[in-house]
Amino acid sequence: MSTAGTTSFFELSHLKALEAESIHVIREVAAEFERPVLLFSGGKDSIVMLRLAEKAFWPARVPFPVMHVDTGHNFPEVIEFRDRAVARTGVKLVVGSVQDDIDAGRVAEERGPRASRNRLQTATLLRSIEDGRYDAVFGGARRDEEKARAKERVFSFRDEFGQWDPKNQRPELWSLYNGRHRTGEHIRVFPLSNWTELDIWQYIADDGIEIPAIYYAHRRMVFRRDGMLLADTEFVTRGDGEDLFEATVRFRTVGDASCTGAVESPAATVDDVIREVAATRITERGATRADDRISEAGMEDRKKEGYF
Amino acid sequence: MELLRFATAGSVDDGKSTLIGRLLFDSKAIFEDQLEAVERTSRDKGFDYTNLALLTDGLRAEREQGITIDVAYRYFATPKRKFIIADTPGHTQYTRNMVTGASTADLALVLIDARKGVLEQSRRHSFIASLLRIPHLVLCVNKMDLVDWDQQVFENVKAEFRQFAAKLDVTDLAFIPVSALLGDNVVDRSANTPWYQGPSLLHHLEEVHIASDRNHIDARFPVQYVIRPMSDEWHDYRGYAGTVASGTFKPGDEVVVLPSGFTSRIASIDTADGPIGEAFAPMSVTIRLEDEIDVSRGDMICRRHNQPTVGQDVDAMICWMSEQARLTAGAKYTIKHTTRSARALVKNLNYRLDINTLHREEGIDGLALNEIGRVSLRTTQPLLYDEYRRNRATGSFILVDEVTNATVAAGMILGPTQ
Repeated sequence: MSTAGTTSFFELSHLKALEAESIHVIREVAAEFERPVLLFSGGKDSIVMLRLAEKAFWPARVPFPVMHVDTGHNFPEVIEFRDRAVARTGVKLVVGSVQDDIDAGRVAEERGPRASRNRLQTATLLRSIEDGRYDAVFGGARRDEEKARAKERVFSFRDEFGQWDPKNQRPELWSLYNGRHRTGEHIRVFPLSNWTELDIWQYIADDGIEIPAIYYAHRRMVFRRDGMLLADTEFVTRGDGEDLFEATVRFRTVGDASCTGAVESPAATVDDVIREVAATRITERGATRADDRISEAGMEDRKKEGYF
Repeated sequence: MELLRFATAGSVDDGKSTLIGRLLFDSKAIFEDQLEAVERTSRDKGFDYTNLALLTDGLRAEREQGITIDVAYRYFATPKRKFIIADTPGHTQYTRNMVTGASTADLALVLIDARKGVLEQSRRHSFIASLLRIPHLVLCVNKMDLVDWDQQVFENVKAEFRQFAAKLDVTDLAFIPVSALLGDNVVDRSANTPWYQGPSLLHHLEEVHIASDRNHIDARFPVQYVIRPMSDEWHDYRGYAGTVASGTFKPGDEVVVLPSGFTSRIASIDTADGPIGEAFAPMSVTIRLEDEIDVSRGDMICRRHNQPTVGQDVDAMICWMSEQARLTAGAKYTIKHTTRSARALVKNLNYRLDINTLHREEGIDGLALNEIGRVSLRTTQPLLYDEYRRNRATGSFILVDEVTNATVAAGMILGPTQ
């Protein structure tokens, strides 16, 4: 018998309170939807979300599949991690491939040295949701990531085009979630809405959760672009003055390899990372995501189109 | 570290965004890149100061119009607590957002401009905080710098507010004189208010006692999901998953399952991290019973000698949230209450409450957006409920429009229909 996480009489630690809220949300979806799916990129937030889903149904298996929207521009460590996580939990993996949509002519590859498949993911995501007839789609987005996300509901309605209408959101009260929708519409569900980057890291530490090695300090060949360090991969073309050098870096977010930047960091363990995150003065997306630097409303615009 | 959720209310003019910006900035929850973006936008828009409201106004429409449309959630932490702020807009037409933000709050923060005193809007916000049973109310009397830190001004606001609050159900009320712009009494006690003996706002937020706010007496466990692994290893496992709404549960407790009335004992309380000796709100756990009885989602596990009301006719206060339609007697909706869904018929619309005067207006034909009133409902299935004033988790519900699927009302149960 343990009372771990209870700090004193009837007090629950903030991580246990967040965990309980997320598990409640995940169970609510399993109870009320026909075909849920959980978006799993192999990034730390989706790993925590999958762990919470395992906890929600233990000792039964997670009763829905996971989906990876694959840009094809991956860090190999992450794909390897994804496959191991899937094997360990016994969930079914669905891969929505951006390459398939390019090959079929549904989207066009961006051109030029700054080409990225980030924005193309939206089409693949929406097509995969339609193909799988999924009615609830779990995403690992957090409200602290970005100001448009701060306005997002836990249960967020998407119309038959997969669009988000921020000005016409359903009020969300107590822990009563309204997931009603018509055929063809779906609900995006964000169980980690109230978690911060630091909460995620503390939970990874407390729960002993394994994450891909690229989140920890390692030596890597990188080059500088827009104040960020981008990894030298086959997916990016370096321009003039973008010279390669070796540095000790880690990734704060894991996304498309062509637009996810690394930060210089000596943080080699989860405790090092927690100390670093607690002291950092720049948001994780601001530090590492070229895709968010498009404009002040970059995220809002992409979310309206159906992005994660 | 404990979690405190608080809702803020007030208009831009009250300095609410400035106050939140100060709390976030001084607790280092605002990052440099966010601040730079705000500074850049402030310059572009021709402000001669850094408009911290731009931090919380996340939508393009909000930035364009310079108003906050929707609830924004903000996060910060001190070594003592983690805080979630539901930042709700202050405009009259956005009562529904205040109700939304207030529904999960442990504490409400209401700002009053020291120069203006207790305005209609402050009264409205305080009333909503009391209607939603937020246990703690903090009144920040702001812009004290503009009234020369005059104690008498602060005392007058206090007296005026106390007179109004006597009509409300407020259990814990605190007043703090602040200057959000200059930071006085926000994080540290100010030297400008030697006559004020209380804590700074942040200190108050860190120390206010919330662990006993929840109902720890009435054991209520709405069954959310039945866990049956049907695997070789867990062949006979059958657990009832859910979130403890109130009270405590321990292995060995004699329990009754409603609405069937079957009784049993708790065999174990399971989590993926192992069995636990006691579960209380808001833990998410799985309860196993000693006897094989029929239990499904929407049922409630509680104690034999302490049961909720079971009934199909309830009276409730309603906050109407639809722009498109009005609430009228005779209309039918889907009702969501704990883990139960049913259909509900509005049998009677008793009165509309004027939230400025608290006057009850009877003989009305409907409720419009942001209006609050008392209704009598008849449901297709019995609800397992407590009065909202006794139990926020088992006394609350939402109404959903069956055509548009929109959430159209927030409801707080008063009791069986009189």
